This record gives sequence, structure tokens and C-alpha cells, in this order.
Amino acid sequence: MNNSTALPISIRGLTKKYGDLNALNSVDLEIKSSEFLTLLGPSGSGKTTLLMAIAGFNRPDAGSIKFGDAEMVLTPPHKRDVGMVFQSYALFPHMTVSENIGFPLKLRGLAAKEVMGRVDEALATVQLSGLGDRAIDQLSGGQRQRVALARAFVFRPRILLMDEPLSALDKKLREHMQIELKQIHRQLGVTTVYVTHDQREALTMSDRIAVINHGELAQVDTPEAIYNRPKDQFVADFIGESTMLSLTRGGDGRLSFGSEIISSSSPNPSVSKWSLVVRPERLHLLEGDVNTSEKQVVFRGHVKEYVFQGETAFALIALDDVTILSVRFGTGAGSRIQLLEPGALVSVGLMREDIILIPQEGQT
Amino acid sequence: MSWWTSPATETQISHGDRFWLYVVAAIIMLLLIIPTLIVIPMSFSDSQYLEFPPEQWSLRWYGEYFDSTKWMRATVTSLQVGFLTLLVATPLGTMAAYALFVSGHRFAKTIFMLLITPMIVPVILIAIGVFYAFGRMGLNNSITGLVLAHTAMATPLVMIVITAALRSYDLNQERVARSLGATRIKAFFTVTLPQIKFSVVTAGLLSFLTSFDEVIIAIFVSGGNNATLTKHMFAALRDYIDPTIAAISTIMVGVSTVLLLATQFIDRRKK
Repeated sequence: MNNSTALPISIRGLTKKYGDLNALNSVDLEIKSSEFLTLLGPSGSGKTTLLMAIAGFNRPDAGSIKFGDAEMVLTPPHKRDVGMVFQSYALFPHMTVSENIGFPLKLRGLAAKEVMGRVDEALATVQLSGLGDRAIDQLSGGQRQRVALARAFVFRPRILLMDEPLSALDKKLREHMQIELKQIHRQLGVTTVYVTHDQREALTMSDRIAVINHGELAQVDTPEAIYNRPKDQFVADFIGESTMLSLTRGGDGRLSFGSEIISSSSPNPSVSKWSLVVRPERLHLLEGDVNTSEKQVVFRGHVKEYVFQGETAFALIALDDVTILSVRFGTGAGSRIQLLEPGALVSVGLMREDIILIPQEGQT
Repeated sequence: MSWWTSPATETQISHGDRFWLYVVAAIIMLLLIIPTLIVIPMSFSDSQYLEFPPEQWSLRWYGEYFDSTKWMRATVTSLQVGFLTLLVATPLGTMAAYALFVSGHRFAKTIFMLLITPMIVPVILIAIGVFYAFGRMGLNNSITGLVLAHTAMATPLVMIVITAALRSYDLNQERVARSLGATRIKAFFTVTLPQIKFSVVTAGLLSFLTSFDEVIIAIFVSGGNNATLTKHMFAALRDYIDPTIAAISTIMVGVSTVLLLATQFIDRRKK
């Protein structure tokens, strides 16, 4: 299989209301051919509504959905040629594994022999060769997931949609399947839209992530950009861990936290209030008396809480009476975590390159 | 006594603690079942009249029933009407239940309640209403009329059975089928129906029984050559007490029991 049949998806002004609720509010999204795009958001954010609109299971109130050049809004689901994997897998329990996977092929009138060949090929892709005659209730959760996936791509759809397909699996299997899904995507080259509320999963799998909140896209970017350069507080909060530090702006436009100057100028002069987003793992422990310099900003505080978690150690550091900084360090010999005794006064450094500034809520 | 002291459930309550519960349950069950069972020995009596317990045993009243053209014709009518009711009510109720379940329309619940009213309204009222309506339409004493009236009675049962089946069914399966290229109708017949088929069969048997056992509407709207078995039995009880009734009752109890056991059996196979 190659990517010659993959199609870009162009969504313009897509709006869907449920009563007074704006499930989708004029969403614009361009998904490239063969791209793996993840819709990431909390529950009720509209991510599933958007996916169902692409699949054709709900009709938007306004807007356009194009596959390539073809307008799809009024096309019924069975004519959209879209493979779909549901959270519940929705396998047909009255059919065997092979019958499940062969279902879309039979509907397309393929000869029995070709159906068999394609089913075997799909089974091999998802590493289930030889299990074709099994009944669905004889399969484990991970195997069911693979059958659902095979059934969704066996007919070579132009677009693959997945609605939280891994959420029912345990952590180890889920992480394994994330990598495997990514490999299968690369192999098939099919344009893929993936819905999840798990930010780590989104970061692991996606070419790009569309963060969605209250029916609007908050940011659409690569995983690195979303993590390193979140546009607003919601994205910074939702993706990864972070501490927000409220900054004060001096008369000369300098942004500072307490006495430490964070930035010599405001990134956008029309915004007056800024927050510094500090990722816990971007901080490092300092030994001795180090001060803020050209290279790094130094925060000093007392260790409030210290938790050893295996590969990392986590601590809360009280900078003053109200500001508590979360920090996370590796537990290797070089990380100096022996300094993190409860009550101890410690210094942590943040490299200037790791500074993330976002406008405070209610401002644009 | 080990059974006496052994726990009855996951809790620490033993069968001994539950002794009085068992006694009460047994009494209630007997009170419910004895009136039905009492006709069985009565049907094997040799006497001219209904008597219990019979002094002499014989099969003469079964002979009476099978030799009577009147009873045979009524039996054929009842079977015919029952079967036709099954054929009309089952698809009708299934479609209604499916549509109301899937649509999620804000009036779906209201419409559902409206459609099952025949189960709630006293049957005598329905019978009177149907009788007058059919009088104008010329449907009294016809098979068609009886089937229509019985269908109204049986459809709510079908709807309830099918709705219960759909509740435990993942409708995403139908969505998947549609995304894989099936039309809605195709998705229903290839994916949904095979999985609720046992409930559909159960619903069919129940609608047959609804019609077969029904007497009140039959008294009003069936008659002449198209009088049902139940109507004849009712008339026979009023006009002359005759153990043939007991024989027919026994046969009907037998048929109903077999059909109900069948639905139970189907229910179990489903799981």
C-alpha cells in the first residue's frame, strides 16, 4: 500500500450547536495528505464532535469539510470511504476475526478469493496472522484493538479516523500500541485523524496536534512547538506539567519575577500582563551561591515536599508564601537530588532558552 | 445441618435465616399457580359437570373437543389470528423500538409512552372503542379486524423486548458498518439484527401468545365463523358448564407453557 490515495482534509468554518451549547465554533483546520493529526482536548471540548463530523455521523450547522477537492458535508458516511476505529472497538461479535476484517471488502463486491488475500495481508500488518478463524470473544483487549484497526484500513480508505482507540488498554500495552500504530501509519501513508484526551499519547504519536477547547482550536502545531511554545494558558496547562508565574512589567517594558529580570522586553507590547511557564523538568539544581545571569534565571526557595518516583524525583519548592514551583529531576548521580531535603534552602536554574512567556487569561 | 447454616449469598445470611422468606415465597407461588393447575385434573374427569377432585378418570372431554367442528374451527381461527398478529406486530414493534431508540429525538420518550398505552389502558375500554370503530369500518367479525386489534395489544410488548435488547447493544457497531461502506438498512440487517435476533424471536412468541390468550377484545369484535377459541370458551362457561372447557384450558396452558419456556430457553442461549 502506498500513499497515492491519501487525501488532504480541509475544514472551514465548521459550526455545530447542541441546543445552546457551541460544540464546534467556526473551526478551520487544514490536514495534510498522509499526515497524522491528533485532536487533543478535555472531555466535552468538541474533539469527538469534530471527528464524527468528518466521518459523517453528525451534520454540521455551518461550514465545509473537503476531502481533496470534494465537498463532503452532505455525503452519507458509507460514501465517504473513511476507515474508523472506535473507543469500544465495535467489533461484530457474531462474526469471526476474518469476517470482521472482510466486511468492508464484501460490501465492495470483491471476489471471495481477493477478500481472503487482503484479509490475510491486513492480519499480517497488525501481527495477528493465523487468528482469522477466532471468535471475537476469544481475543484479548490488545488483539481486539488490532482487529478493529485492520478492519478500518483493509479497504484502503483515503482517510483513517480513530476515536480514543487505546484508552481501554493498560498502560504498558497502550504505550506499545502507540508505537505500533505510528509504524502502521507510516507503512500505509493514510491521512489519519486521531482523537485523544491523553496529552502524552498525542505528543508520542502525532505529526501535528490540534489542541481543542470549548469547540475552538487553541493551537495547531507540531508536538515540539506545542510543548515548547504554547500560545496560551490553556495549552500550557493542558500539555505537560507547568507552574505559571505571574510577571510584573516595569516602566521600560521589562518583565520580572520578584527581583529577577525574566525578559528585557515584552514579546507583544499591546499585552500588559504576562506569565512565565516553567516546565518542572527544565529546571536544574544548583550548588552554592549562583545568581541570575545572561545564561539562566535562578529561583531560590525552601523544599516543601520531595517524592522519589523511580526514573524521576519530584519536589515542590516554595519561592515565597504563595508561589510554589514544581520541579522534576532525573535520579542519576549527576542530578544533585541529595540536596532536596525537606525544609532545605535550594537554588534552581532555568536556562534562558527554556523561558516560555504567555499572555495572561482574558487578554489577547 | 450444613445447608441450613450455609450462607445464601455473598453476605453472611444463611439459608436458615431465610427460612420464613422461603415459606412466604412458596405460598405466594402456590397461590398463583394452583388456580391454573386445578383445571388439569378436572379435565380428565368422567363426570358431566366440572368437579374436583374427579371421581372417575377418562379422556372423553378431550375426545369431545377434537370431534367438535365448532371447537376445531375456533381453534384454527385463534391460531390463524395469533400467527398473523405475530407477523404484523413483530416487525412493526421492532421498527418502532429501533427508530425511537436510535433517533434520540426529544419526543422519542413521549412517543414510546404513547405507543405502549394499550398495555396500560383497561382492555375493556380498548375493546369497546375498537368495537365501535370497527362497526363503522365493517371490520367486526373479521380476521383482519381481530388481527389489527391484537396487533395494537402485542406491539407494546415487542417494543419493550426489543428496546431492552438494544440497550445492551453497542450502536457504534452500526456506525462502524456504515463507515465501512454499508447503507443504514444494510448495516441494520447485517450487523444489528443478527445480534438481537433472539429477542426478536422472543417478541414474536410473546405477540402470538398475547393474541392467542386474549378474550375481552375477542368477545367484542370476533364472532360467527371467526370467533376465537377464548370467545367460545367464555360463552360455553356462561351457557353450560362442561368439562370440555377444562380439557381445552389444559391444552392452552400446555401451549402457553411451551412457548414461554421457549422464550426462556432462547434468552439463556443468548448469553
